[in-house]
Amino acid sequence: MRKFGNQTALFVTLFLFWVLINGSLSLGTLLVGVVVSSAIAAMLPGGWDPLREFHATPAGFSAAYHFLIYFIKELIRSNIRMAGVVLSPRLPINPGIVKVHTKLKSKMGRLLLANSITLTPGTLTVMLEEEWLYVHWVTVESTDIEAATAHIVAGFEKYLEVMYG
Amino acid sequence: MKTLLDVIGALFLVAGTSFLFLGGLGLIRMPDLFNRIQSGTKATTLGTILTLIGATFLRPEWGIKLSLIGLFLLFTNPLSSQVLARAAHRIGVEKSAKTKVDLLVEPPGDPR
Repeated sequence: MRKFGNQTALFVTLFLFWVLINGSLSLGTLLVGVVVSSAIAAMLPGGWDPLREFHATPAGFSAAYHFLIYFIKELIRSNIRMAGVVLSPRLPINPGIVKVHTKLKSKMGRLLLANSITLTPGTLTVMLEEEWLYVHWVTVESTDIEAATAHIVAGFEKYLEVMYG
Repeated sequence: MKTLLDVIGALFLVAGTSFLFLGGLGLIRMPDLFNRIQSGTKATTLGTILTLIGATFLRPEWGIKLSLIGLFLLFTNPLSSQVLARAAHRIGVEKSAKTKVDLLVEPPGDPR
């Protein structure tokens, strides 16, 4: 039953995406959308529901909002920092792959954490293994697991912990 | 009103394309594959998003589609850069001499 629910959620997500990107409610568009979305949902028996593990509480929504704000701020800040690195004649990079630790337990929480780290320039998640993340860092500031975790993970984790646990 | 939107949109487009340019410059200047991925695929995230925002100011009726494209980018971009970096590390792509540390040890017997 739960599996079925996930497939339905995937179908709804795909169908909504299709309708919005077409910007039309004509019969042909809707029919194609229904056929293609249900075919894809049928091919993925596990389904996919982005909100499955989400804590839909006031605290969860508030954390999601603050996460978004923090993410945009980090995105802009680190892009500007990377621009400085690329434009500097000496190219002051100090690359390396460090190992960091996450407290998050849920799959979706870990996925969002890994993707957020990757999306902010300067850090790139190379591998996610259980609670360990291997992150390529253009300007390594610390190779110590604790210090690197505090630097890369802690900011995002604070919000994701409330959202997904 | 239309002129004001056009000006704001143009400013966003200029900012976006500047970041895209810097991403391209990084692609040339960075010493190895991992650093190039950082610059070439991810520094462009903000560039593309700003460009999409700029286009939304110029053509407000495209807003929904453009934000969907932005959302799609936010989900697919980290995935592809992660897979590229993972595959490169697994087959042992050479790292820049500046590389300070690599704590990711491939398990023995992995195909190279």
